[in-house]
Amino acid sequence: MINRRTLLGTAGVGAGAALAGGSLALPHLLGGEAEAQPLSLSKALPQGTRDSATLEALPGKKPLIKLAYRPPNYESPVEYLRSGITPNDEFFVRYHLSDIPQVDAKTWKLSVGGECANGQATLDLDELKRLPAAEVTAVCQCSGNRRGLFHPHVPGVEWGYGAMGCAHWKGARLKDVLDKAGLKKEAVEIVYNGADGPALDKTPDFVKSIPVWKAIEETTLVAYEMNGQPLPHWNGFPARIVVPGWTGTYWMKHVVSIDAVTKPFEGFWMKSAYRIPVGKFPVVAQFTTQQTPANTPITECVVNSLITSHADGATVKAGSRASVGGLAWDGGYGIRVVEVSTDSGKTWAEATLGPDAGKYAFRTWTYQFVPQRGHTKVMARATNVIGQSQTATLIANPAGYHHNLIQSVTLVAA
Amino acid sequence: MRALAIGLVTALMAVPAAAQEKPVTLKAGPGLEQVQANCGACHSLDYIQTNSPFMTSATWDAEIGKMIKVFGAPISEADARAIGDYLKANYGADHVTENR
Repeated sequence: MINRRTLLGTAGVGAGAALAGGSLALPHLLGGEAEAQPLSLSKALPQGTRDSATLEALPGKKPLIKLAYRPPNYESPVEYLRSGITPNDEFFVRYHLSDIPQVDAKTWKLSVGGECANGQATLDLDELKRLPAAEVTAVCQCSGNRRGLFHPHVPGVEWGYGAMGCAHWKGARLKDVLDKAGLKKEAVEIVYNGADGPALDKTPDFVKSIPVWKAIEETTLVAYEMNGQPLPHWNGFPARIVVPGWTGTYWMKHVVSIDAVTKPFEGFWMKSAYRIPVGKFPVVAQFTTQQTPANTPITECVVNSLITSHADGATVKAGSRASVGGLAWDGGYGIRVVEVSTDSGKTWAEATLGPDAGKYAFRTWTYQFVPQRGHTKVMARATNVIGQSQTATLIANPAGYHHNLIQSVTLVAA
Repeated sequence: MRALAIGLVTALMAVPAAAQEKPVTLKAGPGLEQVQANCGACHSLDYIQTNSPFMTSATWDAEIGKMIKVFGAPISEADARAIGDYLKANYGADHVTENR
């Protein structure tokens, strides 16, 4: 059965198209395909992605790279990722299901309880904001960021480099929210759901769980502010779960229920999706209650870096000092060093790290060198505080997660 | 005029996510109608474009099977066959060599 809101949404398409045909068309909000702006995407992406992706703005957002309209999946162009904080209107958008309500802050309620809680509590937004506030600067990165760069390609949203951003989040600690209902010792996982849902009743709703130990960390939040503003609709208004260090799949948007459970949660999005082969990736954080002999839920982000100052093939001046720079991040241990090679990986030199905004944040870096006439391949490699480094050979896995292959851009000096 | 423009923006903001969707034009061919009617009920058709042309016939079959069995898409056997034939012929890896 098709849900009511999906039908309304379809009616909305007709209304929008009618408006676009009139004289009141608003650039970026409405308009035909002819207005889509040209894009320069990585040649490593599937040809179909390169041919069909467009630069388009959702309401309240700057133009992002549209990979899919419904459910909406839009990534940030790399040039939006040049600072340690990603502005709200440049932050990527990722949904699994297409029934996405505009949540009204006045009527929004968060239900807290479950079989492993002493009771049941319901909080409205004011009540959530009355809990002690906590703040953290943290990277939200889709598990499948860079999936489109896997070779051979794997099915899914064919992300390039921009399914990530870093924001300063403010909210209540999840553990304080759980305390409103009272968490029992027997709890093994915390399960949460958002207001968005599937188009069909039979499609599994997007519901996620995390281990209790992660849920009660000081920096795991029910966030209602992003960079000092209410969360944008597309990033989870009015409140989302923030799990610093862990991939975006756990950062539930439009959160409406939080439940403590005694048994591992069995939903599709935990049991079948977002899983990585056991033992293949160097991750510390383990989600043991969900692990099988073959696979285990993805947890923390792997160490990574991105050159954002120059696009592949960018022109620089031969014989003059050039400054390349970008970002580095990991699963919450902190970046120790970023090294840059300008000789195809034969030698590496340390980049200068920018300000430290905390172990969960983007760390900016810059490196200066004098390019000689011709082509120079610039590579960046981050290493974190516990000694993990980016991989030189891509680690294949069925769903295309944890892409942290050392990136390179070729600069052309003339 | 300004008041009208603001009113229009407010009205647009209240429209659900799908209002941003523009028509996606897939290649013409037998089975396209079934693709539009079935696949398009739950997701925009750009998912097909972006996931091409690297999926083999077996991968497309698996994807259609997942939509029916896991995501509960009510697709008839006849439609599923037509969709599979269309995707393999127009967006499959078995019929093209990807330009890298």
